[in-house]
Amino acid sequence: MILFALRRFLGFAATLLLAAVVIFYLLDLLPGDPARFTLGVTATPEAVANLRAQMGLDAPAHERLLSWLGGMLRGDFGMSYTQRAPVAGLLWERLAVTLPLTVMAMIISMVIGLPLGIVSARARGKAPDTAIMVLAQLGVAVPNFWFGMMLTLVFAVGLRWLPPGGFTPWDEDPWLSLRGLILPSLALALPQASILARVMRTALVDVQGQDFIRTARAKGLTMGEAVWRHGVRNALLPVLTILGLQFAFLIAGTIIVENVFYLPGLGRLVFTAISERDLILVRGAIVVLIVAVTATMFVVDLTYGLVDPRLRGRSTP
Amino acid sequence: MSLLEVKGLSVRFGNSEAVSDVSFTLERGERFGIVGESGSGKTLTALAVTGLLPEGAVMGGSISIDGMPLPANEREMARLRGKRIGMVFQEPMTALNPLMRVTEQIKEAITLNRSDSAQLDVPYLLEEVGLELRHGERFPHELSGGQRQRVMIAMALASQPDILIADEPTSALDLITQKRVLDLIAEICTRRHMALLFISHDLKAVNVLCSRVAVMHRGRLVETGPAASVFSSPQQDYTRRLVASSRFEVTREDHQSGGAPLLVVDDVVRDYRQGGIWLWREKPLRAVAGVGLAIGNGECVALVGPSGCGKTTLAKIIVGLDSATSGQVRLDGTAYRGTDLPREQRRDVSLVFQDPFGSFNPRLTIAQSLGEPLRLEENLDLVEKQRRLVEAIEAVGLRSDMLARYPHEFSGGQRQRLAIARALVTRPKLVVLDEPVSALDVSVRGEVLALLARLQAEFGLTYLIISHDIDMVRAVADRVLVMEAGRIVEEGSPETIFAEPQHRLTRELMAARLPDVGEPLLDRRA
Amino acid sequence: MNFLKRHPNLTIGLAGTILFALLGLISLVWTPYPIAQIDIARRFLGPDAAHWLGTDNLGRDMASLVMSGTLTSFVVAALAVTIGAGIGVPLGLAAAAWGGPVEWLVLRFSDFLFAFPAIIVAILVTALFGPGAINAVLAIGLFNIPVFARVARGGALSIAVLDFVAAGRLPGLGPASIAYRHLLPNIMSLIIVQGTIQLSLGILAEAGLSYVGLGTQPPATSLGLMLRDAQSMFLIHPWLTLVPGLCIVLIVIGLNIAGDGLRDAIDPRLRQVNANVVA
Repeated sequence: MILFALRRFLGFAATLLLAAVVIFYLLDLLPGDPARFTLGVTATPEAVANLRAQMGLDAPAHERLLSWLGGMLRGDFGMSYTQRAPVAGLLWERLAVTLPLTVMAMIISMVIGLPLGIVSARARGKAPDTAIMVLAQLGVAVPNFWFGMMLTLVFAVGLRWLPPGGFTPWDEDPWLSLRGLILPSLALALPQASILARVMRTALVDVQGQDFIRTARAKGLTMGEAVWRHGVRNALLPVLTILGLQFAFLIAGTIIVENVFYLPGLGRLVFTAISERDLILVRGAIVVLIVAVTATMFVVDLTYGLVDPRLRGRSTP
Repeated sequence: MSLLEVKGLSVRFGNSEAVSDVSFTLERGERFGIVGESGSGKTLTALAVTGLLPEGAVMGGSISIDGMPLPANEREMARLRGKRIGMVFQEPMTALNPLMRVTEQIKEAITLNRSDSAQLDVPYLLEEVGLELRHGERFPHELSGGQRQRVMIAMALASQPDILIADEPTSALDLITQKRVLDLIAEICTRRHMALLFISHDLKAVNVLCSRVAVMHRGRLVETGPAASVFSSPQQDYTRRLVASSRFEVTREDHQSGGAPLLVVDDVVRDYRQGGIWLWREKPLRAVAGVGLAIGNGECVALVGPSGCGKTTLAKIIVGLDSATSGQVRLDGTAYRGTDLPREQRRDVSLVFQDPFGSFNPRLTIAQSLGEPLRLEENLDLVEKQRRLVEAIEAVGLRSDMLARYPHEFSGGQRQRLAIARALVTRPKLVVLDEPVSALDVSVRGEVLALLARLQAEFGLTYLIISHDIDMVRAVADRVLVMEAGRIVEEGSPETIFAEPQHRLTRELMAARLPDVGEPLLDRRA
Repeated sequence: MNFLKRHPNLTIGLAGTILFALLGLISLVWTPYPIAQIDIARRFLGPDAAHWLGTDNLGRDMASLVMSGTLTSFVVAALAVTIGAGIGVPLGLAAAAWGGPVEWLVLRFSDFLFAFPAIIVAILVTALFGPGAINAVLAIGLFNIPVFARVARGGALSIAVLDFVAAGRLPGLGPASIAYRHLLPNIMSLIIVQGTIQLSLGILAEAGLSYVGLGTQPPATSLGLMLRDAQSMFLIHPWLTLVPGLCIVLIVIGLNIAGDGLRDAIDPRLRQVNANVVA
C-alpha cells in the first residue's frame, strides 16, 4: 500500500511540475513587458531597465522558472503588478469563497445524486426509475450558470428567500456568508447530481448482474439485502472515478457561476487579471486551479487503492 | 416423502420455453446428476429450485422441499435457501465479492443462518475444504481458481444444508484441480450425508460422482435412470450420441513421419517482467525455463501440462508471436528467437487458436480473414490467391460460396474448420494447434480431430498440439511431451507414457483422468 | 426506416438534433432580420408576428440571434469533437497496439491533459491570444483528446486480446496495420457514441466559455454569448435569458437521447458507465 501511494504521489508531483513548466513557458512567450506596463509608456528606458532588473526579468528563462518554482514551494507566488500585492495573499482571499462553494456543491450533489441513483437502479423499469431518469436527463442538459439565473429568479426575486447575489465576508457574519452560497452551490450541484445519479444507477445495475450477488443470495440474502451488503460498495468504484473528475469540474464551474451571483471568488479575480494583462496573477491562479484538480485526482487514486484490494497488490503474505 | 421434488417444471422467457415439463426427485443423501450440452436448460432448472431465476423468467410447475412447496415470499425463500441448500457455481473467478476477505464472506454465510458463534466455525470449514487459515485472510484475487472454488464450497457448507447444488463446479478448472474438487465434493457429501444435485456437461464427471442421472436436451429430460445403466446402455438416440462423443476414438491415419527434424527448440527461456518500479522491481516471472525439443517432419507431437505451465508461451515463440529471452528456435535450419521470424519463413508455420469465436474479426468477410496470411505470398496474383482460398475452404469440408459470409453466420464447429483453413492457405509445413477442440461442444470434437488427421495425411503436415486433455492427446499424438513450470519433465510415445508414467506430474495427470463412461468403475459412490 | 421505428429514442433525439442543426444552417443564407441590425426603438419587445421570439436590449431580433447562435454552438462543438477524436483516437489505438513505453506515454499525456479542464485552457489561451471562438474550440478540443484516447484505448484493449488479432500478427502484420485493420473497425461504434456525448458537452462548454467572455465575441453570436448579453438585466427581462437557455437545454437533451439511443441500437453491450461530466 505504501508503495502504491508513493507511486501515485510521484505521478501527481510529476504532472504538477510539468504543468507548471508548460504554463511558465507559454506565458513567457507573450509579447509585452511587465516592467513597461507597470511604469507606463512615458517611462524612460533606463527606469524600465532598472525595474526589469529589480523584478528579475533580465535573467534567462530557465533561471526565472527555477526561482518561480522555488518561490511557490515557499508559498511565494510573486507580486501582482496591477494590484501591487503578493499574489499568494490575493488568491488566498478569493479561495475563501471558491473552495467552500465547491465543497458545498460537491456534498449537495452526492447527497442528492447517489441515493436517487440507488433508488432508480433498485426500481429498474418502474415508475420511480423513469421519473428519476427523466429528471436526470434534464439535469445533465442544463448549463449550471443558466440554472443559477433561473434559481435567482425563483428564490431571490420571486420568493425572496435568499439573496440574489453578493457575498458577506466570513469574518463579518458567517451565517450570511453561508446563505449567499446556497443558491450558487445548488446551481452547481444539481447538474452534477444528475450525472451522479445516472452513473450510480448504471454501476449498480451492472453489479446486480454479477455472479457474486448470486452467491450472496445463495447464502440466504434477498436481492435487496445482497445489493445493499455487497453491491453498493462494488458499484461505488466507477462512481469514485466520476467523483474525482467532478470535483475538478466543480472548481472550474464555480469560476463561471461566480459571475451570475457576483461572488468575489477566484474566477472574478482571473477575469480581471486577464483584462488588465496581469500575467503573474493569471499564472498563479492557473497553478492553484491545477493543483486543486490534480490533488483531487491523486486523492481519488489513493481512495481507490483503499477500497479495492486488487489495486494495491498482495496485502498479506 | 422425497427431500426435493420437482413436478412439471417449466421456465419461460416471453414466448420461448427454455425448460419444459421437467420432473425429478432427490432423496436424502442421494447424488443426482443432470447432464446436457450448453443451452439445454440444466442451469435454469437448478436456479428454479433455488428461487434464483433471472428477471423476466416465468416459472410453472411445482417444487417442494420435504413436501412443503417453496415459499412465494422473497425473504422467506431467501432464508430457506440459505438454511437448506448450499450452492457452488461455475465461475470461481467472479462468484466471490472481490472487495471482501474470504473469512468475512464465509462468516456472513454462517451468521445469516445460525445463531451460534461463527468465529469457531470458519477455521473448521476452511480445514474441511482443504484450505489453510492464512487463506482466509486473503482477498479472492489472491487465490487460485481451485482455492476459490474451495471457498465457495466452504460457504455452501456454512449453514449445514441438506442439499448441495453444484452447477459445473469444475469446468473452469484444470484437470488435476478438477479431480481434487470432485473428490472433495464426494467426500463431504458422504461425511455429512448431504444430497447432491450435480449439473454438468461432462459425462465423465457426472459418472464418477452420481448414482442417478438425468439427460437434458432442449429443455426436456430425455432419459432418467441409474448412472451405470444410462451410460452403459442408453435408451434414447440423443443419449447414445452424447455417450459416443464423450470418448475419443483413435483417429490416427497413416502418415509419413520421421526424417530430418523440421523444428528444433534449443534451450528457450522466456521471462516476463513483473510490476514494481526500478529498485522495488519484483523478480521476473519465468514462464519458460530452458526448453529443448525437436520435431521431425510429418510428426504429430503433443505438449501437455496444467494451465500456467508455459506451454502456450512456448507455442507463441515458435510461431513468432512472442520472443524468447534467451535460446533459439530453428525451423528448417533458419534460426530465430520469436518475433524476428523472417518473413519468408512465416508461411511455413501457422497457428490454430483455441476459441473459435474470438479468432475471426467480426467486421471482415471469411475471404478477407482467410486471405490475410496470403500477404506473405507476394508473387501470387489475385486469381491464384482466390484459388488458394477455395482450395483451403474445400479442404476443411466447407463450400467456397461461404467465403463471402461473415463469421457470425457460422457455428463453433464450422468456425474451427475455418480457422484450420486459414492456417492452411500458405501451405505451411508446421501447424501449431492450441487446444484445438477444448472450446467445442463434445459432439463436434470428434469430427474436427478426424479432419485434422485427414489433412495431415493429405498434405504431409507436421503438428504440434498444445493441450491439457490427456484423452485427446492419447488419441491423436505420435509422441507426447509433458511440461511443468516451464520445463519439459517427461517425453515418450503415448502408449508408454500413459502406461508407465515416470514423473510425479505425469502420474498425477493420469490419476486425475476421469474414467470413460461405461467403463467399469471402482465404485466409491454412496 | 424500420431501424428508426425499432429505436424510438434514437429517432426522437435525432429529429430534435437535426431540427436545430437545420435552423442553424438556414441562418447562413437567411434569417428573419440581419443579426447585427440594431434598433433601439424596438427593444425589449415580446414575441409577436413580426418578431417571433421578441427583441433584445438593442432591438435585435431574438429568433435571428437564436438561429445564428445555434450554428456557432454546433460548429464550435463539432470542431472540438473533430480535434478530440482526430488526435485522441489514434493515440488510444497506438497505446493499445504498441503497448509498452508508447502506452505509458499516451496514458501520462492524457492524465496530464485531464489536469486542464476546458476553462483553464481557455483562460490560458485567452491570456495568450485574446478572446475568440477559436479559443473555445481549442480549449474544448484539447479537453476532448484524453476522453477519446481513453475510450479508444479501452475498447481496443478488449479487442486486442482476441485471437483474430494474434492471427493477424502471425503473417507479420505490424502494430499500425493491426490497429487500422482489426482494432479501429471494432471500436467505431464506441467512438461514435462518445462523439455524440462530447458534442453535447461541447455545446454546454461553449455556452459557459462565451458567457464569461472567453469564447465567441461580437458581432458573431452564440447561445452562450446571448446569455452574457442578457446577464446584466436578467432580473428585469428574464425572457432574454429564457430563450437561449432553453435552446441549449433542448439541443443537449436531443443529443443525449440520440446518443443513448445510438448506443442501444448499435450494441446493447455498450451500456457502460459514461463519464459525461460537464466542463
